Amino acid sequence: MSKNSKFLSVLACGAVVTGLATTGPAEAKVEGDTITLGSAVSITGRYAVNGKHTKNGYDLGVKFINDKGGITVGGKKYKLAIQYYDDESTAARGTQLAERLIQQDQIKFILGPYSSGMTKAIAPVVEKYGVPMVEGNGASRSIFNQGFRYTFAVLSTSEQYLSTAIDLAAEQAKKDGKDPSSLKIALGVRNEPFALDIGAGIHDDAKRHGMEIIIDEKFPKEVSDMTSFLTKIKALKPDVVVVSAHTVGGALFVRQMTEQKANAPIVAMTHCESAKIEDSTVFGSAGEDILCAGQWAPELTYRDDYFGSAMDYTKTFEKVYGYVPPYQAAESTASVLVYADAIARAGSFDTAKVRDALAATDMQTFYGNVKFAPTGQNIAKPMVLRQLQNGKYKLVAPSRWADTPLSFPRMAQ
Amino acid sequence: MMIGALFALAAFGMALVWGVMNVINIAQGEFVVLGGYVAVLMAQSGIHPFFAIFVAPVVLYGVGWFFYQTIIKRVVDKDLFTSLLATFGISILVQQLMNQIFGADIRRAPHGFGTWGFFDNLVTVEQVKLLTALAALALGGVMVLFLKKSRLGQAIRATAQNARAARIMGIDTDKVYAATYSLNAAICGAAGAMVAMIWVVEPYIGLVYTIRAFMIAIIAGLGNLSGVVLAGLGLGVAENFAGFIMGAEFQIAFVFSLLVVILVGRSILLGRKREYLK
Amino acid sequence: MSSNNKPVLLYGGILLIGIFLPLALPAFQTQISVMWMMVTFALTWDILGGRMGYNSFGNIVFFGVGMYASASMQHELYFDIGQFEVISDQFNLQLTPEKYLFGLGLGMIVGAVICVALAWVLGSGILSLRGHYFAICTLGLGVAVGELAGTIDYIGAGSGMAAPVFPLAMGSAGLFYSYFFFILVVVTFFSLKWLYSTRFGLAINAIRDDEDKAEAMGLHTTRYKTLAWCVSAFFLSFAGAGFGHLNGFIDPLDVAFPGATFGVWMVLMAILGGKGTLWGPVVGALAFHITQEFFWSTLLGWQRVALGLMIVIVVVFFPLGIMGWAREKWPERFGHILEEESS
Repeated sequence: MSKNSKFLSVLACGAVVTGLATTGPAEAKVEGDTITLGSAVSITGRYAVNGKHTKNGYDLGVKFINDKGGITVGGKKYKLAIQYYDDESTAARGTQLAERLIQQDQIKFILGPYSSGMTKAIAPVVEKYGVPMVEGNGASRSIFNQGFRYTFAVLSTSEQYLSTAIDLAAEQAKKDGKDPSSLKIALGVRNEPFALDIGAGIHDDAKRHGMEIIIDEKFPKEVSDMTSFLTKIKALKPDVVVVSAHTVGGALFVRQMTEQKANAPIVAMTHCESAKIEDSTVFGSAGEDILCAGQWAPELTYRDDYFGSAMDYTKTFEKVYGYVPPYQAAESTASVLVYADAIARAGSFDTAKVRDALAATDMQTFYGNVKFAPTGQNIAKPMVLRQLQNGKYKLVAPSRWADTPLSFPRMAQ
Repeated sequence: MMIGALFALAAFGMALVWGVMNVINIAQGEFVVLGGYVAVLMAQSGIHPFFAIFVAPVVLYGVGWFFYQTIIKRVVDKDLFTSLLATFGISILVQQLMNQIFGADIRRAPHGFGTWGFFDNLVTVEQVKLLTALAALALGGVMVLFLKKSRLGQAIRATAQNARAARIMGIDTDKVYAATYSLNAAICGAAGAMVAMIWVVEPYIGLVYTIRAFMIAIIAGLGNLSGVVLAGLGLGVAENFAGFIMGAEFQIAFVFSLLVVILVGRSILLGRKREYLK
Repeated sequence: MSSNNKPVLLYGGILLIGIFLPLALPAFQTQISVMWMMVTFALTWDILGGRMGYNSFGNIVFFGVGMYASASMQHELYFDIGQFEVISDQFNLQLTPEKYLFGLGLGMIVGAVICVALAWVLGSGILSLRGHYFAICTLGLGVAVGELAGTIDYIGAGSGMAAPVFPLAMGSAGLFYSYFFFILVVVTFFSLKWLYSTRFGLAINAIRDDEDKAEAMGLHTTRYKTLAWCVSAFFLSFAGAGFGHLNGFIDPLDVAFPGATFGVWMVLMAILGGKGTLWGPVVGALAFHITQEFFWSTLLGWQRVALGLMIVIVVVFFPLGIMGWAREKWPERFGHILEEESS
């Protein structure tokens, strides 16, 4: 027994100690002239597409700030760097990685993950350690009504995503001499915080206009077929169809809707860009006349010192990464700019001071104006609504920038 | 309906491997997705993806053969759980490699076929679904003939019945196993090409197909081909029906609850039979 | 057995690790908690998988049910339920330590009771299945329960629910939970060690070796099988309750019922260590968790590829697990263990 027990204890102790030791020593957040930000983004798993947009957006922001000489804090120039981890698109992993960034890597400035679910999981962690997080990809209302003080979002909350589409439908009905309250809505959302919130927003809008929601579906997270939802649409003929089913669901919806010949005068959805419904080699004309909710569009007239106008940003991004930046990338870049601005204004690396500087943010970026509500979400910018017309996204709302009239009803031939 | 036919194909392959080699292939769905990528790549290089139904099996046969020789060969005579874990490892490996190679973007293979509509488009028949359904049917038929008539097919069936006896009779079971596993991969490849034309593929969607194939193989019982086809179609219908009646949020829950109920019900029935025998 | 005091050395060593590791490496407290949780996973899976020969993919059900039960208990106790429904996640539970601990304790007990009852009900149906059919049925069960949890509005449906925030007055949550999970491991380990030495242990081994013969010998196999699942469910519900509170946010598919990660890992860890042994799952879980954490920090985006490779290598080259391999390599070191186990 003696040999055996010694052997085992050596085995166990050895494994534990070497294992933990190899995970690396704790690093300081500011080393030499580099400030390290930390982020757990989805590099693999179901959010990998938008995780990539997020990461590219962060990287581009860091690159431009560094090219301009970096951030001045206390009279000294600092460069930015980002420590990434892969959260594999699961919330459980996300919280653990946030702990790791803060505790082991000693990172004091967190950039948000991709998706509302993940942000919702990480927000309590940054709150616990009093570490600020600036995020550009968690839009669910439920992130901002918990009294978190350290989470700041450069985006508009999700219930606003598609309410413009409902308003447009109401306007159009009036134009046609119909009562907006006669409109019927079909709603299909994925069963996760962000999309459920969009659904809740649509319910509010419908109530406001007196419209009736005749189909209200929740899709499972791994949706593989939308036939049953489309069959209901064909049978009940709603006037407005609203879908938020993330990238895979969005792509499935668009192609199956066309192939099963379902249609409605107004079809609005989220995640058009990441599902690439504009790509006619893949979708043909299936995406035509669909309304797409976005946080940002290249046509907007905002500008800043790093990138110039929104259009300039688009061109730069396209040159570096070879594709037109979706709003997910733009809002990520904006998060980095906001962080840099706040750290410079705080003039310190103290997390509480940077937090207060963030709370006082009032600036314009190529992405839009940024000013945070006390609860952390950005209240200075509107959502945009684009319509796919002849294979190109055209801005149809808000009216301040809209350059194209709404094509209505959808695919009228 | 259509999705059921594709599940049935994948399930047929799974039942084959299970019955012959006593291996549950968790990587089934990944093989399907890989087949889908073959179709996508062909469509990109200007070849009509319909031909992928013939090309993908060839490619996947090679992939299956590779995995058999490197991994499966070493675990095929171990207990079921060892091989199950091995194929689980393969599944993660393939999935992640696809993510690295093809990227996480959602892909589909455009086919350019139209749709026929009836009754004010309430009932629609997509030509591509009809075509692929016929192809799936033909493929299934060829497989049955192959297993019944060809020399190798007979060897496969003999091995399934009793591997040791087959070995004594001079059948090279190692070769049979290799052929079975590769054939399964090939069938999945064909199914995948169809998936890419009708739905979409992305690196992580394989699990959906693995689990459905699994269920169908179970419900139908191993080695019962017509059962597999019926169960596959039935499942496709049941799933859509559940989604239609109860709402999409219950769709998956319904299917899996059904699985549990069927299995338990089956065992109770069998148990009753056993009591009569006493 | 002249050296009866020797195991004390081993257990003492582990006790010291359990106590001082979180203090020595404060930055790793969460990982240490999760590490002990993994050990619990592997140990509880091995009751059925290793000892009884019933390979379950559905044990994750009890993890998630325990988690939801305890978190809902906390909400029920301190907040008007009507109010909770209306503003479901608009509040941030800030509780005094006494209230937090009382709620946690009560929630765990309730969770454990629910889980054992559930295991009893489910077990009497599902455990009549044999072999693969059982494995697949439990797999289906795990997925179905997770999806169903996503449709129940009371627990937040797909939006998930927030567990109460750890009271600041109690110091570090990581430290608290690393001790909590360590104690859980110790209790689980010794309970199982004791259980395996009783008639119960012999009975489930007999079921593994030949169920029909066992039944013919007059063993109430169904009763023992269900009992074994209940034991497993009991400990898992505590693990679930602890993890829900440690994580702070409960999502139905990612946190509570993650069948494709935790659910499969528990099987993997037990097999990696060597199933059917007492130490195997412990060693397997430690080895698995540490290598995995290591991959995560060093191989960004490729960690899963490494994981897949590792799994394949393990099953191809060490099908008996680390303990099985070590036993073949150094049989003399396991002389006593072998005797003990075969007695």
